Amino acid sequence: MKFSEQLEARYADMLTHYPVKRSVLVPFLLYIQDEFGYVTDESIDELARRLEITALEIRNVISYYSMLRVKPAGKYNVQVCTNICCLLRGGEQMLDHARKTLGVAVNKGVTTDGVFSVEEVECIGACSWAPAMQVNYEFHENLTPEKIDRILDEYRQKAAQ
Amino acid sequence: MAYLVSHPDEVKVVTKRFGQGAANLDRYLELDGYKAVQRALELGPDGIINEMKASNLRGRGGAGFPTGMKWSFVPKESAKPKYVLCNGDESEPGTCKDRLIFEHDPHAVIEGAMIAAIAVGSHDAYIYIRGEYRYLLEIMQKAIADAYARGFCGKNIFGSGYDLNVYWHGGAGAYEVGEESALMESLEGKRGVPRIRPPFPAVVGLWGGPTVINNAETLASVPHIMLMGGKQYAEIGVERNGGTRLFSLSGHLAKPGVYELPLGYSLRKAIYEVGGGIADGRTLKAVVPGGSSVPCLKPDEIDVALDFDSMMKAGTMLGSGGIVVINDQTCIVKFALRTIQFYRHESCGWCIPCREGTDWLSKSLKRFHAGAGVAKDIDDMRYLAENMLGRTFCPLGDAAAMPIIGFVKKFREEFEAHLDGRPCPYEQHGVAADLAVLR
Repeated sequence: MKFSEQLEARYADMLTHYPVKRSVLVPFLLYIQDEFGYVTDESIDELARRLEITALEIRNVISYYSMLRVKPAGKYNVQVCTNICCLLRGGEQMLDHARKTLGVAVNKGVTTDGVFSVEEVECIGACSWAPAMQVNYEFHENLTPEKIDRILDEYRQKAAQ
Repeated sequence: MAYLVSHPDEVKVVTKRFGQGAANLDRYLELDGYKAVQRALELGPDGIINEMKASNLRGRGGAGFPTGMKWSFVPKESAKPKYVLCNGDESEPGTCKDRLIFEHDPHAVIEGAMIAAIAVGSHDAYIYIRGEYRYLLEIMQKAIADAYARGFCGKNIFGSGYDLNVYWHGGAGAYEVGEESALMESLEGKRGVPRIRPPFPAVVGLWGGPTVINNAETLASVPHIMLMGGKQYAEIGVERNGGTRLFSLSGHLAKPGVYELPLGYSLRKAIYEVGGGIADGRTLKAVVPGGSSVPCLKPDEIDVALDFDSMMKAGTMLGSGGIVVINDQTCIVKFALRTIQFYRHESCGWCIPCREGTDWLSKSLKRFHAGAGVAKDIDDMRYLAENMLGRTFCPLGDAAAMPIIGFVKKFREEFEAHLDGRPCPYEQHGVAADLAVLR
């Protein structure tokens, strides 16, 4: 299989970083996920061929890292932190608000239009600006239910375009 | 984007260039950028290490190991290449300081890593940034590319004849990878399962070569030490604890934020003056003073200096500098439960005391908080946690056990208040029970 031109360029550049090929694995899997929405079976096999390791070894690595997934998420994956600092400032209520608003279970499934999924995540490094969430890679901090509504509306509009 | 705050008691060393556009290389050069690495090249390895030892800089990741001494452990001669690895996997709950450094002063981290490399005779430095910090990885990628474009990295840096490469590397979500041996495994393209030590990374590290691993804040402090001199840097702090630290203030504070304070600053003042005191007119119940892994302190225990030794004497740790403030409306059992659920989620399962211990504690606390606890559980939880200590390859087992021991020891009455099927005295929202969560 072929990756996009951009992803191929990324791969070629990353190979120059390390004395062994395998070191590209963790960050490159995330770039693969960005391109396909998740780490696909085909890309695992392709990477196994290139890195000269087994597909099983790659799956073993994938299962360790919480950001990597082998199934699609929503176009916008809403990741709400409920760890201690967010907990103290209402993180659980924010998660609850997000799931109720979007009508999708936490860590399970995608909205019927495929736009959103909701995930409960561990500390994302926004402790001083809690409660916080990330939508894909974008940080949203000092959340309130109203702020979440506005943020989700913006992503909904972006998805419709 | 993370917000910047300020307080008159701050001593701005690492944060000096924050908010000044220093991610731009030209601006960084106007602000004394890349002068420190040239000074380091003049000093040479022994000169650099002497300055570092004089600075009393101790590792900002959490363990507080003296940086100069760490660098001196790397053998001068090595058949295998030596490496420098910057730990930017910042994941300790309560800690959000490295984020600001990468955002506002990425070149300081590059320069610090370069100086570390010169000190130990390494020609390759890696800057590892956690996967969630994608925008910071992009800032770093650009900063590294810009530094190469000017010839600051690569062959014959600053006409010294010394070759030095700097590379970026991204994670994909794993707290445990912040532990140094797991970090190396991750960079080698594996699961972040820790390695047994000895041998220590300074002798056998990345791809078997001697490796220095430092936290991003530690490395960002290094250029300033080179420019002001180790002795002057040491004088900012207190005995054996040189310089400043970025404290992440969070929780029920009126003015949470990341503040740079000299080591030895009072914890009470950090809470009540710098952090603006407890928000909404509430009172203090507890503070977790060094990230989620450390034992909490009660309100009568906060007259303590924020340095590694004083905190140790107070029965806790300075840790990552994440100060989590808890008000009187908070259920400590619930807080302990959320803490252990985190470690349960992050345990790699390699060492049985950690894998089983975090799971059992998590189940016990969940049941206990729901009102199905019995009196014996309280001592059992403490006993279980105490038996996790020191029995694992990496400190994740300790990090999970220590806060739980602290909560049980210091807030026994709150645990007892949950006995006999009584509902949690603090539960107002009732959302916790019906949350559909992974755990």
